[in-house]
Amino acid sequence: MKMHRFEEIWLIFGVAVLVISMAITGYQAFAQGMGPPSHKETIDPTQVENTAPFDNPGVYQTGENEYEVVMTLQAFSFEPSEITVPKGAEVTFIMTSKDVIHGVNAPHTNLNTMVVPGQVQRITQTFNESEEFLLICNEYCGTGHQMMSATITVEE
Amino acid sequence: MANTMQSHMKKNTLPLVHFFLAFIMLLIGGTLGLLQGLNRGGVFELPASFNYYEVLTLHGILLILAFTTLFTNGYMYAAVRHTLGELSKTVKILAWSSLASFLIGSVLVVWMVLAGEATVMYTFYPPMQASPWFYIGLVFVVLCIWLAGLGIFISAFQWKRRNRGQHLPILAFFAVGIYTLVIFGSIGVTVEVLMLIPWAFGWTETINVMLSRTLFWSFGHTLVNVWYLVAISVWYTILPKIIGGRIFSDTLARLVVILIVILNVPGGFHHQIVDPAFSEGLKFMHVFMSLSIAFPSLMTAFAMFAVLERTGRKRGGRGLLGWLWVLPWGDVRFLTIMIAMISFIIGGAGGIAQTNNQLNQVVHNSLWVVGHFHITVGVTVVMTFFGLVYWLIPHLSGRVMTPFIHHLGMFQTAVWTIGMALMALSMHAAGLFGAPRRTSYTTYGDSATALGWEPYLSFLATGGTLLFFGVILIVYIVAHLMFFAPKGDTPFMDSRVEDNAHPTPKWTENWGLWVIVAILIISMGYVVPLVDLIENAPPGSPPHRTW
Ligand code: HEM
Ligand SMILES: [Cu+2]
Ligand SMILES: [Cu+2]
Repeated sequence: MKMHRFEEIWLIFGVAVLVISMAITGYQAFAQGMGPPSHKETIDPTQVENTAPFDNPGVYQTGENEYEVVMTLQAFSFEPSEITVPKGAEVTFIMTSKDVIHGVNAPHTNLNTMVVPGQVQRITQTFNESEEFLLICNEYCGTGHQMMSATITVEE
Repeated sequence: MANTMQSHMKKNTLPLVHFFLAFIMLLIGGTLGLLQGLNRGGVFELPASFNYYEVLTLHGILLILAFTTLFTNGYMYAAVRHTLGELSKTVKILAWSSLASFLIGSVLVVWMVLAGEATVMYTFYPPMQASPWFYIGLVFVVLCIWLAGLGIFISAFQWKRRNRGQHLPILAFFAVGIYTLVIFGSIGVTVEVLMLIPWAFGWTETINVMLSRTLFWSFGHTLVNVWYLVAISVWYTILPKIIGGRIFSDTLARLVVILIVILNVPGGFHHQIVDPAFSEGLKFMHVFMSLSIAFPSLMTAFAMFAVLERTGRKRGGRGLLGWLWVLPWGDVRFLTIMIAMISFIIGGAGGIAQTNNQLNQVVHNSLWVVGHFHITVGVTVVMTFFGLVYWLIPHLSGRVMTPFIHHLGMFQTAVWTIGMALMALSMHAAGLFGAPRRTSYTTYGDSATALGWEPYLSFLATGGTLLFFGVILIVYIVAHLMFFAPKGDTPFMDSRVEDNAHPTPKWTENWGLWVIVAILIISMGYVVPLVDLIENAPPGSPPHRTW
């Protein structure tokens, strides 16, 4: 097939943009640890209350300014629903669902992931500003979906 | 005259009925869209008996499943009949059975949603469990697509037998590509639905949630690119005729069809970038799979500029950009397609951005995504469809468009463009600040964050209202062109290739090979994760009804 010269230039340019965007994505994911939340760990979705650590949802300090939030999601609430951490804390959320698929998003941060029954998902976020963040469910989960929220208070 | 008129209508009943039903779907779906827009703008609450989520489930299903499928089938059957000659008896039977299957399926689906038995969105993710009849309805909708595809394949095959050694006409080639892709894309969802039906009847107790979700997106994603392929079939083969030019390169067009068909299906993973149960390595490989689809689009962009420039120069345009101004901007059949193509540059760029993992994490499931697909589907695809209406419907109904309808069409185009721009831009903005999709009006207890979305949501409601007027206008236009416009002959607007074009190489016709390559690429993308999801599955989920 014969190609126009401009077409060649254009396609090379286009492919270069695609390759560069992929390289940046790959670099951020694998070299800088910014990859998307991709935890692979399963759980019996009908036995969440009886399975550690979800038998005791809550906020736990695990290191110097490092916290773990063990969280269950169910229509239409988060447990725990009021989380307080100090400024600069690196917080790892360990989450699963007791019923249907939910989503978790803290607007104004990069905390955004799906929480699927039968799967445990982990995501880490550092909170550098002391303010009250909203945590919402961003996947439709039933009639009360618009009420499903929690707060993360970051203290000085 | 009256006689030829009747025979026209009779000869073309099949596509006309499809278009008629399609625009009824648009009318209902658009009305529901208005309700959603006004609710999100905080104008009113929807009643509990017909709540936001029922409305949204129907809006999604009627517009992206029903409207697009009916329109595509109508257009493709009209195109195949025009380019390949009268449909054989078998093909006619298949086409009508396809429509019947659609009607059975959509009655079941809509009925279940209205009865409050299936408020599960068009994605119906388990373990939310709808009535089994909802899923059975979906089987009929898929069957509709397969029957329509079979009819197209048989027509193409019969034509090839009559015209040995010749290339399938380009529009028919597109049709074959479109139905091959949609059939490939629907295999996964069919398997999913066949697992959901026994579960919904209670014959099986639990369901594999991640497996279902992954099978769904192999379809959901492909469907989007099917419409896109339908849209570019218009850009490649019809646009040149409208502006008085010729097809830029027949080979290039065919190559683009082939590439989209073989590369597309694994792209579905970009809907699951922030899902658990997949490794980062797998997700990274799938960024590649998603981005590879941008390649044929780059080729399309080039071909479109080439056609516009050549034709513009032939029309006397000079200088660097002179060719642009002499294009027929005042012709609604051109303006619509042009706006569709321009919006694809914007929508495509947004798509490339959000398929990269980390960027996706910022916007996933926010209103940003809804803004993205109202641009790509709501403008790029739908505006291309509207562009066809102005000549294809009178061509089929044996009428001619009046100058008044042309004016109204220009006005409709403006209303739709401004409405979509306003709505989609405010959706993008609200989404960047975290406003979630699929969520009825809420302030989360007057949270400052949520209150910050309000101005954008009011713009969203304004855009949605404008759009609703756009829907009314186009429905009026379609009805006029179908039943009331003056009688006459409107030609089918398909273009020819340049006289000095290089002959199209034989390998483009090798569909057997393309199907094999497509299967290989689909396997590359899916075998490993699907086996993993099955082998390492958690105990399944029992049903839940949370609405
Ligand atoms: C009058 C015109 C329209 C208006 C006012 C409108 C408005 C909206 C609004 C407000 C949402 C809901 C956002 C949310 O809560 O997530 C939405 C969702 C959606 N719209 Fe439209 N829309 C219109 C036309 C269209 C068209 C023409 C299409 C496609 C052909 C379309 C496809 C969709 C889809 C697929 C969804 C997502 C459904 C879901 O999340 O399940 N819309 N639309
Ligand atoms: Cu929710
Ligand atoms: Cu997609």
